[in-house]
Amino acid sequence: MTCSRRDFLKEAVGGTLASVLPISAFTLLTTDEAKAAIAESNIRWAFLVDTTKCVGCGLCVKACKTENEIPYDAAVTRTWVERYVVTKDGQTHIDSPMGGRDGYTTDLIRDEEIDPEDIAKAFFVPKLCNQCDNPACVQVCPVGATYQTNDGIVLIDRDWCIGCGYCIMACPYGVRFFHPEHKVADKCNFCYHRISKGMEPACVECCSFGARRLANLRDPDDPVTKIITTERVAVLKDEYGTKPHVFYIGLDANVR
Amino acid sequence: MKWHVLRPLWVAIGLVGAIFVARVFLVPDDFGVHGQNFTYGFHRLSNIQEWQDFPVKYQGRESCEECHEENLAALNSSTHQTVECENCHGPSVDHPDPNEFLPLDKDRSLCLRCHAFLDYPNSDRGALVSIVDRTHKRRYECIKCHNPHDPKEYYE
Repeated sequence: MTCSRRDFLKEAVGGTLASVLPISAFTLLTTDEAKAAIAESNIRWAFLVDTTKCVGCGLCVKACKTENEIPYDAAVTRTWVERYVVTKDGQTHIDSPMGGRDGYTTDLIRDEEIDPEDIAKAFFVPKLCNQCDNPACVQVCPVGATYQTNDGIVLIDRDWCIGCGYCIMACPYGVRFFHPEHKVADKCNFCYHRISKGMEPACVECCSFGARRLANLRDPDDPVTKIITTERVAVLKDEYGTKPHVFYIGLDANVR
Repeated sequence: MKWHVLRPLWVAIGLVGAIFVARVFLVPDDFGVHGQNFTYGFHRLSNIQEWQDFPVKYQGRESCEECHEENLAALNSSTHQTVECENCHGPSVDHPDPNEFLPLDKDRSLCLRCHAFLDYPNSDRGALVSIVDRTHKRRYECIKCHNPHDPKEYYE
């Protein structure tokens, strides 16, 4: 094999360029730029549900569906209210017809009449997206259509979602559903369009009993944050490690 | 030397190359890792703005108060003071222009959401003033006798 000096230099320069150019495709950040990119927001949205105050009127569900343009008569909803009636024989009766959209106006549960004398405990539990710190639904998205914002809200990109439904399966709380009109996954986002304008979510605004409240956990003066940090609150399905951010007062072991 | 594997291999490599070229044109510029990490922050950045621009429907009682002061004054001194106007009158998104009249819900079912009697010991429901739907003036709208802005007031 022969190799002239000219060819050797050519190949050496070419080889060096070829190995260096792909590295230049990555942006090199200064320390300040890198810090800015991972900067923590001064907002972390959370939610407080006081189940002792909920009367099961379902006006939150009605407001949510109207505000967020969820088809009113479809059996899907971003938030819903469950009714729990535990009888003295230890049985738990649970129902949530149409997500409690029309309120609870009779004592019939799944067409079953329960004698008020037999009731050991009975209450309502509103549910909505938990805006988890470790959202399982986001991990499983194969296309990057759902993500977590810096203020803790999990959003869905309707233009990017392919409707595969993995996230609907992954959510341990069952808050995700398939939007019948947009044909993409959908879920509660604490009314992101309202809270980023300084308004309350529609369900909070329409709750007459103060059962639902929004909190900013990074604001120590927020009255709802004070309740969450100083009083006894619980979360749903803590064992899944998703770090949910909807906190409940008056939760019961029967609530799943 | 002819090797029969080479031709499909070139086709496969060509396809992969074509996908990378197509990707440059199809993926928006702002798609990438934003936020904390790849697992939770891989998305199209402008989608956050799209959600923030979603239209607001429920305007809140402050917006009602701008024109309907008397009604709100009556409401605020009654036991219904915590009830949001738009719960009964409907969301005021396009009111008063172009939608001059909001669809007021006068139906019994609206009142029954809170005032149908349910004897539930661990909920405030049991403490509300309530009726049994079957036995209380069945055919009538509640507002025939009760003033919704001041429910202690009865019409004869």
